Amino acid sequence: MALQEKYKELLDTAKTLGIANLQVREQDNVLYIDGEAPTGTAKDQLWAVYGKLDPDFRTGDVVMNINVSSMAPGGKAIVTTESSNLNIRKGPGTDQPIVGKAAHNEVVTLVSKTNDQWWLIRTDGGAEGYAFAQYLSPQNT
Amino acid sequence: MRKNIRFLSGLLLAFVIPCLLLSSCKPKDSDIQAAIEAKKKDMPEMAGITVMVSGGVVTLSGEYKDETSKADCEAAVKGIKGVKNIIDNTTITPPPAAVAPVTIAADDALTKGVSDATKDYPTVKAAVKDGIVTLTGEIKRADLTKLMMSLHTLQPKKIDNQLTIK
Repeated sequence: MALQEKYKELLDTAKTLGIANLQVREQDNVLYIDGEAPTGTAKDQLWAVYGKLDPDFRTGDVVMNINVSSMAPGGKAIVTTESSNLNIRKGPGTDQPIVGKAAHNEVVTLVSKTNDQWWLIRTDGGAEGYAFAQYLSPQNT
Repeated sequence: MRKNIRFLSGLLLAFVIPCLLLSSCKPKDSDIQAAIEAKKKDMPEMAGITVMVSGGVVTLSGEYKDETSKADCEAAVKGIKGVKNIIDNTTITPPPAAVAPVTIAADDALTKGVSDATKDYPTVKAAVKDGIVTLTGEIKRADLTKLMMSLHTLQPKKIDNQLTIK
């Protein structure tokens, strides 16, 4: 329970932000927080609180798996690479051949979610393939 | 001897039998209540139970922590003189829902996920062992949260961040 005390502000923020299916478990001195944030902003806010309580994420006593629920199949997402194009690959993995590119800030269609890391996407140009979820953000934020 | 028996049966007829017919001779509700309250002090499992007595009928309400406490308390109440019946309005606290253990990704899947996540950060080195992701090397401060968000979705057991932040 000590970790839940340490990260009380984080857990309270999760409740305030309306994180769905919130699950908080403590196992082997690591606090596991799972849930779905309503928006990308909510997820960012949560991570900001985590970064404040554990500067630079040094302690390693939290695993926070928060997805954004507005990222749903059929929805749109914006490519949030730093500046470069986003690779679209044949399969979910960086070892897979590149079949297309999506430009920085381009809006793409989410086709289906393979896992928390990979989305099958389609560009308006018709290219379809797998893109790394880290570089896709919900369009509404 | 014979006289004695006569005397006793006379006494029985004169006092005891009428007494049985008169409710005033039975333990009063307040006595039953007091007896139960006294028992409550010795039985911590009964602490959350409210007792009401009316005409020798005891109504119990509240919450027990488990079936055993409930059975013990009922037996204790039944054993009290004058208790005719028990109306049981109690509930038993449901056991806390079993918490599913945390799923930790297998090292193979985790290694693949980590290599995908760190691909765009060539200065970051990552090692995976027994579900623990150890990060070494360098990263720009601006990229740290993004990398962490990505790694935290891989279901690692733990992330040991030894990165030098520039």
